[in-house]
Amino acid sequence: MMNHLAPEVRTTILCLFAALTVASLLTLAMKRIWPDRDFHELRCRVRTWWAIVGLFSLALMWSPTAAIVFFGLVSFLALKEFLSMTPTRRADRRVLFYAYVSIFFQYYFAATAWYGMFIVFIPVLMFVWLPTRMWMIGQTDGFLRAAGSLHWALMVAVFSLSHAAYLLVMQPGEAPRYEPNFPSDIAQQYPGPGLLLFLILVTELNDIFQYMWGKSLGKRKVAPLVSPGKTYAGLIGGVLTTIFVAVLIGPRLTMLDVPRSLIAGVIIGLSGFAGDLCMSALKRDLKIKDFGATLPGHGGVLDRVDSLIFTAPLFFHFAYYCYG
Amino acid sequence: MDETNRPLRFAFFALVVRPLMMIVLGTNVRRGELLPKSGPAIIVANHNSHLDVFALMNVLGLGRLRLVRPVAAADYFLTRPLRRWFSTRIVGIIPIDRTKSRREDGKHPLEPISEVLRAGGIVLLFPEGTRGEPEQMVAFQSGVAHLAKRHPDVPITPVFTHGLGKALPKGEAILVPFFCDMFVGEPLDSTLGKNELMAQLSESMGRLKSELPVQTW
Repeated sequence: MMNHLAPEVRTTILCLFAALTVASLLTLAMKRIWPDRDFHELRCRVRTWWAIVGLFSLALMWSPTAAIVFFGLVSFLALKEFLSMTPTRRADRRVLFYAYVSIFFQYYFAATAWYGMFIVFIPVLMFVWLPTRMWMIGQTDGFLRAAGSLHWALMVAVFSLSHAAYLLVMQPGEAPRYEPNFPSDIAQQYPGPGLLLFLILVTELNDIFQYMWGKSLGKRKVAPLVSPGKTYAGLIGGVLTTIFVAVLIGPRLTMLDVPRSLIAGVIIGLSGFAGDLCMSALKRDLKIKDFGATLPGHGGVLDRVDSLIFTAPLFFHFAYYCYG
Repeated sequence: MDETNRPLRFAFFALVVRPLMMIVLGTNVRRGELLPKSGPAIIVANHNSHLDVFALMNVLGLGRLRLVRPVAAADYFLTRPLRRWFSTRIVGIIPIDRTKSRREDGKHPLEPISEVLRAGGIVLLFPEGTRGEPEQMVAFQSGVAHLAKRHPDVPITPVFTHGLGKALPKGEAILVPFFCDMFVGEPLDSTLGKNELMAQLSESMGRLKSELPVQTW
């Protein structure tokens, strides 16, 4: 156990727990100082973070496969939320069943590092099979809406997120475009956990930076109808801070060198913002506030992974292009 | 009257129903605090799937499980030996025969429900009488009004359920995961007459139903 975790990965996990402890102590102190104000939502949020980080690091410490199973479970919960919130046709029950079964195959291909199948299974095979099963059932009313939204559900909840899982088993190719810059010996053998932690850490920090910068400055709204809180100044400030953090931790945690870490920061900063707004637009369309209540203080699983839906495949393909 | 197998019933709900509802399905409850804390009480809900009763009993929790008794059709659930055993011992149904208006022993057909209420139980009632077409509400049968007349002091809480008819509708064997909604309404006024009470019930259910964010195509 843990032989697959490089020292810098272990340090990062420890830092996460330290940060959560500080957050918990802060909420306790705030409750002391302002006893008449309600911090219930905030405390729920921190407690849920403990559960998420705890479960994730346990899985990661156990083995890369366990962490991939963890992501498979996240995909399952996300797909269930998506299909429960969007209209589905009653006739398509069997089709939805296949959509759920595809999670198992997609994560099996990730766990076995079968890249060819991993990359075509949902965009090609499921793209052909699900509508085929639908015409076999024979109901044509709402066919496009049902086929379109189901495929989008799979892309969002399964295909995108599985890229984060695939990072765990990613190995540099024989002749990579850029020389990998391993921070430790274990990382040379298992570069995956570092890449995954980098992706998740930078994505989540980007969310926080975007929020904080958006709150503190800027007037011109990026998309006033989708998310009134997002300003251009906030976006620029958020992305710049994200790039700074990516350059700081990228070379220490992953095989990315400084220029590659900088580009990864730009990619994650911008696509995280786009993913967040995309899910906000979807929620506005469905007239819901959250995708669910699975994670107290956060909403549903999809509300938590909204930025990751865009950052995971983009960061994966960037790393695959540079080092694969 | 209570012929449930308590330890087995508890184990079934703790080890099978709870994980199933937590991971595979999932419930989205609104105003769960309006559900009765203890008996005697009546909960009326619309009926889409066999899973409704398990979802509702799961939301009521293991602490109240001992008290909870769903009313079900004797002419369906008592027919085969295994189904009969499971329904009476594990689910703990109160069997009511839909086909006869008088019982052989001359007692009122609702008498078994009254016995449970007198003993402080929480009775689950599905007044649509049948699961029917999934997610289509039909007119409620008036049994609940007769019960209210017999027990004017027992609160009647309406619960609107949605989604489980998609997960496991009548006549289907494959379970497809979906979240189900469970919207709890304010207790009805059980002192009303039959027609007024039924009108209040349908009005309350309609209002709960209108809380649904999306409709099916």
